[in-house]
Amino acid sequence: MKLFEYEAKNILSRYGIPIPRGGLATTPAQAEEVASKLKAPYVVKAQILVAGRGKAGGIIFAENPQEVREKAEKLLNSEIKGIKVRSVWIEEKIAIKKELYFGVTVDRFQKTYVAIASSAGGMDIEEIAEKMPEKLVKFPIDPLEGFRSYHANYMAKKLGYKEKQMLQLASIFTKLYKAAMDYDAELMEMNPLVETIDGQFIAADARLIIDDNALFRHTDYTARLAEEGELSPEEIRAREKGLAYVKLEGDIGIIGNGAGLVMATLDAVQLHGGKPANFLDVGGGAPADRIAEALNIVLSNPNVKVVFINILGGITRCDEVAKGILEARKRLGFTKPMVIRLVGTNEEEGRRILTEAGIHVLDSMEEAAKKAVEIVQKVKRED
Amino acid sequence: MGIIVGKETKAIVQGITGTQGSFHTKLMLEYGTKIVAGVTPGKGGQEVHGVPVYDTVKEALEHHEADASIIFVPARFAAEAALEAIENNLKTVVIITEHIPIKDSIYIMAKAKEKGTTIIGPNTPGIITPDECKLGIMPSHIFKPGIIGIASRSGTLTYEIASGLTRAGLGQSTCLGLGGDPVVGLNFIDVLKMFRKDEKTEAVVLIGEIGGNLEELAANYIKETSYPKPVVAFIAGKTAPPGKRMGHAGAIIMGRAGTAQSKIEAFQKAGVEVAEKPNDVAKILLDKLKR
Repeated sequence: MKLFEYEAKNILSRYGIPIPRGGLATTPAQAEEVASKLKAPYVVKAQILVAGRGKAGGIIFAENPQEVREKAEKLLNSEIKGIKVRSVWIEEKIAIKKELYFGVTVDRFQKTYVAIASSAGGMDIEEIAEKMPEKLVKFPIDPLEGFRSYHANYMAKKLGYKEKQMLQLASIFTKLYKAAMDYDAELMEMNPLVETIDGQFIAADARLIIDDNALFRHTDYTARLAEEGELSPEEIRAREKGLAYVKLEGDIGIIGNGAGLVMATLDAVQLHGGKPANFLDVGGGAPADRIAEALNIVLSNPNVKVVFINILGGITRCDEVAKGILEARKRLGFTKPMVIRLVGTNEEEGRRILTEAGIHVLDSMEEAAKKAVEIVQKVKRED
Repeated sequence: MGIIVGKETKAIVQGITGTQGSFHTKLMLEYGTKIVAGVTPGKGGQEVHGVPVYDTVKEALEHHEADASIIFVPARFAAEAALEAIENNLKTVVIITEHIPIKDSIYIMAKAKEKGTTIIGPNTPGIITPDECKLGIMPSHIFKPGIIGIASRSGTLTYEIASGLTRAGLGQSTCLGLGGDPVVGLNFIDVLKMFRKDEKTEAVVLIGEIGGNLEELAANYIKETSYPKPVVAFIAGKTAPPGKRMGHAGAIIMGRAGTAQSKIEAFQKAGVEVAEKPNDVAKILLDKLKR
């Protein structure tokens, strides 16, 4: 789960990391009021959860509270990268001498957290890694030892700081590490971490992604997940029902069991010239009502012209899947065509249930993908 | 004996009294797996399908000899269970549980490394050496003994490909799921090393998906060590959009990292043939093995 910049900054501040003075506003009047209590000049920043906000016009400078109000009005009425801006963060603009980067993330291969620092902050860390890897300092953190003050000193030194500045910077590093661990961060970063012209360090921007699987330890944020548009309403409903759903651009609705199999099903549809409308994984051992709910969610997307159900039964039973399909058809009364591939546990029974209801069942994923694409093309010709 | 488990393997089931634990204990016993004891704190003294249940791993091992554990404990308590298994010197620990926090997994892996424990998973269907031992939840009828080693990041996709191999007359030496999480115990390189030494394995299938760079690193290993056995790969998620988690916690493209394209290219550069469709894996293998 991604946190907003202002949320991440508030956390940094609580851990003793300096941040620019600022405040949150949801209306232009509020923005002006926030600014009137701060020192000019100002930065007005759209609070949205997508990266690359600066380049997309989501960060605007202002000289006085009146201008802050105007810029806030502009941002609050806009959409950035397709996301509606609901709040802005107004803060004092800082006098930058140098932009640094510091973050903590997961190294999957080493199976550790890794601290990453760079003297080339301000840009995307992947871009730094690609264009000037020599400016990247990486420190894998021993999970049994943690990130100690001398590790932080080493990294600060590598960025070219010494004496008091080295110690100040190192102390910010260890504080960020502590916050990242306490919040189960998948990624926590300060980018840029600014060295001001008077030699202080301030986190000018912050990002925190909390591991979804650890949200039970961070219950303040679980309720918010639903409100803030990181997930679509269907994605949230799916999550509540134990389904993994991702909406896509195409017109072939897809349901399957197992993440890898569903991804492969999407790929197969595309390979035959079709476009998937979604990813939906019903998980293992799905009972009839979960299958029915899956169909309900997929069909709530008006672009869907055909539904392709691909089930390879292991712990999932084909007869339960068949019952779920019939139940959904009865409950929702839909008439959209379906292509069903059903093999594995209790395959004969599942097949019998569907065949008796007049639904044709295929046993090759390949063949089914081809068929789904053919149907879409036919439906489109008839439209 | 496969690369990790075999007829000799004696296992305990942690979380044996839960719905999943109990159901799969029955199936594993039916397959011939030697399940010697179960552990569920607070349920000591009970029996599940004739298997005695203990409160702690330590007690179970005082009464039974075992070298492996399979864990069905819910995510919030799974780390404790894994650490208990590691501390009690079980050599192999299979973690079926999904949704374990990454921080917990990282700690588990560090402890396992210290003790020399082999961890499979979390979020894995487990491991099977056909007709010998199944420590997992996979439908056993699709596997047959043979010469193909399979390592995969996905469950059902593995069943899809394995059943295709079995239909084509290609049985399996060992088939194991690495797990769908970002941080897992064994990775592709670890398993490739084991298959390299395993006399029964004549060819290897790697089933990858978007997210991370374990496939790229495996490709590099194959190239640099001139891997002596044919390797065929399949990668799921060619159509996955960036920034969206595709079912598995680990299946996400972050920025430019973790795309299917990058993995496919890495394998191709290493001389590994990448199947376009799951069905093609068997065909390619038959060709490589000249059968």
